[in-house]
Amino acid sequence: MSVQALTFLIVGLSFALYIGIAIWSRAGSTKDFYVAGGGVPPVMNGMATAADWMSAASFISMAGIISFVGYDGSVYLMGWTGGYVLLALCIAPYLRKFGKFTVPDFIGERYYSQTARVVAVVCAIFICFTYIAGQMRGVGVVFSRFLEVEVDTGVYIGMAVVFFYAVLGGMKGITYTQVAQYCVLIFAFMVPAIFISVMMTGHVIPQIGFGSTVLDAAGNDTGVYLLNKLDGLSTQLGFNEYTEGAKSTIDVFAITAALMVGTAGLPHVIVRFFTVPKVKDARTSTGWALVFIAILYTTVPAVSVFSRVNMIETINGADGQGVAHATAPSWIKNWEQTGLIKWNDKNGDGKMFYSKGKITDPASSNEMSVDRDIMVLATPEIASLPAWVIALVAAGGLAAALSTSAGLLLVISTSVSHDLLKKNFMPDISDKKELMYARTAAAVGIVIAGYFGINPPGFVAAVVAFAFGLAASSLFPAIVMGIFSKRMNKEGAIAGMVLGLGFTAAYIIYFKFVNPAANVPDNWLFGISPEGIGMVGMIVNFVVALVVSKMTAEVPDEVQEMVESIRFPKGAGEASGH
Amino acid sequence: MGFDSNEKALSYWRENLRLVLGLLAVWFAVSYGCGIVFADMLNEIHFMGFKLGFWFAQQGSIYVFVALIFIYAYKANALDKKYNVHED
Repeated sequence: MSVQALTFLIVGLSFALYIGIAIWSRAGSTKDFYVAGGGVPPVMNGMATAADWMSAASFISMAGIISFVGYDGSVYLMGWTGGYVLLALCIAPYLRKFGKFTVPDFIGERYYSQTARVVAVVCAIFICFTYIAGQMRGVGVVFSRFLEVEVDTGVYIGMAVVFFYAVLGGMKGITYTQVAQYCVLIFAFMVPAIFISVMMTGHVIPQIGFGSTVLDAAGNDTGVYLLNKLDGLSTQLGFNEYTEGAKSTIDVFAITAALMVGTAGLPHVIVRFFTVPKVKDARTSTGWALVFIAILYTTVPAVSVFSRVNMIETINGADGQGVAHATAPSWIKNWEQTGLIKWNDKNGDGKMFYSKGKITDPASSNEMSVDRDIMVLATPEIASLPAWVIALVAAGGLAAALSTSAGLLLVISTSVSHDLLKKNFMPDISDKKELMYARTAAAVGIVIAGYFGINPPGFVAAVVAFAFGLAASSLFPAIVMGIFSKRMNKEGAIAGMVLGLGFTAAYIIYFKFVNPAANVPDNWLFGISPEGIGMVGMIVNFVVALVVSKMTAEVPDEVQEMVESIRFPKGAGEASGH
Repeated sequence: MGFDSNEKALSYWRENLRLVLGLLAVWFAVSYGCGIVFADMLNEIHFMGFKLGFWFAQQGSIYVFVALIFIYAYKANALDKKYNVHED
């Protein structure tokens, strides 16, 4: 069977599985729709959370980015896992005890204010749309490369599948589908990683393999450590040492902090812990989520190293003099057709050569431009793995993109039907009506997301920094202070959110949109890039909130009692919206 | 529902805060300490085929994060039992 037929078969089977699960677990009430009836076992919830969290970016792009920036890529690895520690220790168990459906629910009631609720809703919706546009694009790219359909057609198919199980199943359908999607995506990521690790180092576990010695073509140990070899190759070609990185320490620190805190403040992650039966389960479920995420996140840096060495050796040859383009392996030619690999034979010798610099710059010897996003997708071809592995990677990338889109859509629809309509405009609405509005909002959300997938705004990459900065500087401090300080009042919380958010947004907008030319370290505040400014925004939020709350009215007694009651598990009911 | 007395409630919350702060100190030390601020220094040390600072940044800190959450879950559940505020 050809690669393409196999891909159709495996992707088709996985889609049939997702839809089957959706029909089996469709939602009957708003409680099913918002929090899966509150009855998801903690290990399963952890798995679903992991699939929800790991997007097309984690699956497709992260290994490629780290492959090109080496140590500097650690910000993503630590940032997107360390946030779960904050979530488990400072947020998840308390919000589970609070027992409502959404993050704006908590902010609104804790700060006894509709204004605070609306600020939180706006943040939640903005963050989710930022994310989902990128997911739909990911679906389109995978379809176009592996199934050779138009990107747009790919987006339509993705929209239809998500529509089916998110609109029908709500949180319940999504959760059980995500469990299946996690299995597909982790299997698809690990199989090629293990194959390559065995080929290059003889170790089955990639996490150990990339710290081991390299085997030569005949399978004999060369005695050279893989990372030392890569450091050597990198410096020869004019790059930084792979294990050292180029960013300043303070910037690495700030970006890691902004991503960690942002992760702990993302509404689509927090809401997952409302779906488990008990406070105790919220604690362990966060741990399971991180276990399932860590399996992929600790493999990613290994894949980055393997594919970096492979790529350099394929292009420059074992002797480092370049390989004739005519004899290049087929994956280079395949990806050249998509425009994601480019070759510019500057010295006219017919050979490819890769080094630092732009391929258009005559002063640089570099003749190759390789897009970062292809590293994971091309890995099975680079390592000449069987066709079914390539098909599996396509299905894995789709699973990652679909599971994340569905989780985000749910937050958007909940925010509209529950936080805006029920809690603001039509408080007397019946459960059935509310469910109908939730489904309608999910459907509208899919259409908007699909539009952005087909007409991707050029600023998608830039707004990702925005989403994390926003979550870090607005939602996270408000939630944490709401739990750990009984004195924090609505004036303090709102002032903190508005100023923290305003500062972060102004900084990012200035450097990313108003004056991108000025976006260099010399102009940055304390040397912190726009990606890391959320950390400063968070500090601004905390300080402003504490100062303002000292000068304004005290928190009402019943709210203080509520805070006391969420601090211990006893008496936690099931999540409810009433 | 809740605690037998206000003193109990207060000491439960203090013990909980101590637990959380202790674990967060480890969280901070492995990631921001070993993985970032002291990474260059630790890179002088080799651990299997890795420079140690690099290993903490791309592997070690993640393993520690996982362990921290399970330690927290175990200890927090024990604390609930001690003060009799666990769920039925």
